[in-house]
Amino acid sequence: MSAHILAAVSTVDALTFAVSALIVLAGAVGVVVSRHPVHAALMLVMTLFGVAVLFVEQRAEFLAAVQVIVYAGAIVVLFLFVIMFLGVDRRESVAAEPLRGQRPLALVLVVLGFAGLVVLGAEAHWSVGAHSVAGVARGQAGGNVAALGRAVFTTYLFPFEVTAALLVIAVVGAVVLARRPPRIAPPTEEVPFEGADVARPASGEPGGSERRADGEPGGGRADGEPAEPVRVGSPSDPRPGGETSVEVSR
Amino acid sequence: MGDPLFMNGVGLAVLVIVIVKVLVAFAALMVAVMFMIWFERKVISDMQARIGPNRAGPFGLLQTLADGIKLFFKEDLLPERADLPVFKLAPYLSIVPAFLAFAIVPVGGVVTVAGHTFDLQVADPPIGILFLLAMSSISVYGVMLAGWSSGSKYPLLGSVRASAQMISYEAALGMTVTAVVLITGSLSTRAMVISQASHVWDWNIIRLGVVPFVLFMVAITAELNRPPFDLVEAEQELVGGFNTEYSSIRFALFYLAEFMNTITMSAVVVTLFLGGPDGPGFHFLRWLWPILWFIGKTLAFLFVYVWLRAALPRLRYDQLMDLGWKRLIPLSLGWLLVVAAVLVDRWWGLVVAAGLVLGAVVLSRSALVGRVRTDELEPEATS
Repeated sequence: MSAHILAAVSTVDALTFAVSALIVLAGAVGVVVSRHPVHAALMLVMTLFGVAVLFVEQRAEFLAAVQVIVYAGAIVVLFLFVIMFLGVDRRESVAAEPLRGQRPLALVLVVLGFAGLVVLGAEAHWSVGAHSVAGVARGQAGGNVAALGRAVFTTYLFPFEVTAALLVIAVVGAVVLARRPPRIAPPTEEVPFEGADVARPASGEPGGSERRADGEPGGGRADGEPAEPVRVGSPSDPRPGGETSVEVSR
Repeated sequence: MGDPLFMNGVGLAVLVIVIVKVLVAFAALMVAVMFMIWFERKVISDMQARIGPNRAGPFGLLQTLADGIKLFFKEDLLPERADLPVFKLAPYLSIVPAFLAFAIVPVGGVVTVAGHTFDLQVADPPIGILFLLAMSSISVYGVMLAGWSSGSKYPLLGSVRASAQMISYEAALGMTVTAVVLITGSLSTRAMVISQASHVWDWNIIRLGVVPFVLFMVAITAELNRPPFDLVEAEQELVGGFNTEYSSIRFALFYLAEFMNTITMSAVVVTLFLGGPDGPGFHFLRWLWPILWFIGKTLAFLFVYVWLRAALPRLRYDQLMDLGWKRLIPLSLGWLLVVAAVLVDRWWGLVVAAGLVLGAVVLSRSALVGRVRTDELEPEATS
């Protein structure tokens, strides 16, 4: 089925390729040229979309979907979050060079990267083991997705699991780093058993509930019980932003 | 696999059929949105013992049309501090995914017109339901950029809430969809419908246990920013939410996108869990019955959405996030594991379920112990 569709619409294929390549290039140039970080991020989304179309055109529909869901839908959204929240969303002067010697270095890297691309293109089977990735899914039951799933969970099971573990570690690390250090002395194991004369940190300032929500690990929030009177991030709290960024970064 | 339309190559007739399918779907969706808005206003006012729209047309049916015309002719205000290109782009990023997502919904069975056999479905891509997830992740941009580009505080707050909410609930959404994909063995929506077609007991709502269905309903209600998850446009707190600065036709586009998404998601629920166009039919007009079944089931869900809006108060933001991250995601993940294990072997399912329950009990117990300890410490530490 796929063979004669390809034969019938080869001009359409060429046209699709031209248009999406144009979109990819325009987006890439836009990322570099736009002075506004948000516009640059949007241009990046455009590039990712063009690449997704190219994936579809190569009959790698699953990769296209993942490209849109993961890269456009999650990663760039996080970029935008950071840009909007850190207040770097203002125009920057392109003339200033943040790092000294950045531009010559960039030029050298561009030349090297382009040469690498040309070599890879000429020796396509060197990187993927085949001259074309389009043929892989043909003739296999279940198509692309099934073939990919089988490969990931049999041949490449170990790298897959290691990647998953790496991501979990990264998430845990991010949570640890994002937590504010407790302002009162953290409860140690011995504290409850030493009677009333333990060193109690003197605290003159009111607002114990907020401190607790900030500092105590999971104090009262672990089960989302509504008994807690005041909370950071309740609708009356005028800074939902801080809460939001923490939630999303998980 | 795939639409039988493309089996014999792509000719002019096939092209015409595809274009007609797209146009019919678009027109039907627009008309459906029009009546959906009327339906929502009517049902809400019935539930609140009001009359509701009753001036334009019979029973106020043309009220939406009148509103649309009014919005067309209102002045298009562009805020001075807005980021204009993004401000103008955002409504389209909302409405285009809303429409495109409907393309994968199987509306009816297979029909034959003038020698061409085709599915009653705009497109049946091999990635099927992933397309829906992709589109819903794009629609985040519409809301987010609308709020940011307005150059004003309330819309920004609304859009931040919206995007955090939509991203959070996408995880639970994805995992419940994965359960359906597991039991179908395919990502294609057509395959999902076919695998549920034989009997009511084969509908996924029953085959998967009711839990994924409930989780999916909650997740998409949040994804749609519908009540009780409409913190995005909580008018008591945020004026109008992310679309405060929008007016005229741009506002209409957001409004349209919201209702279009509601209809699309109801149709997707029907497809994933309730057998889609499956239902008893008769011998005359064979092609018609599946469509009627599909419309009937979708209407039932649309009514449920309106009902939820009338019945439930809005969640607080922290409750929303707790529900998403601490309830829905663990539950959907656990249920997914059980479904996978049951598909391997019934006993494995039992083992995995027991293990999960045990793990959950241990975890909640340890959380409880931790909480009691900090509660005991609290008076000492603060006094």
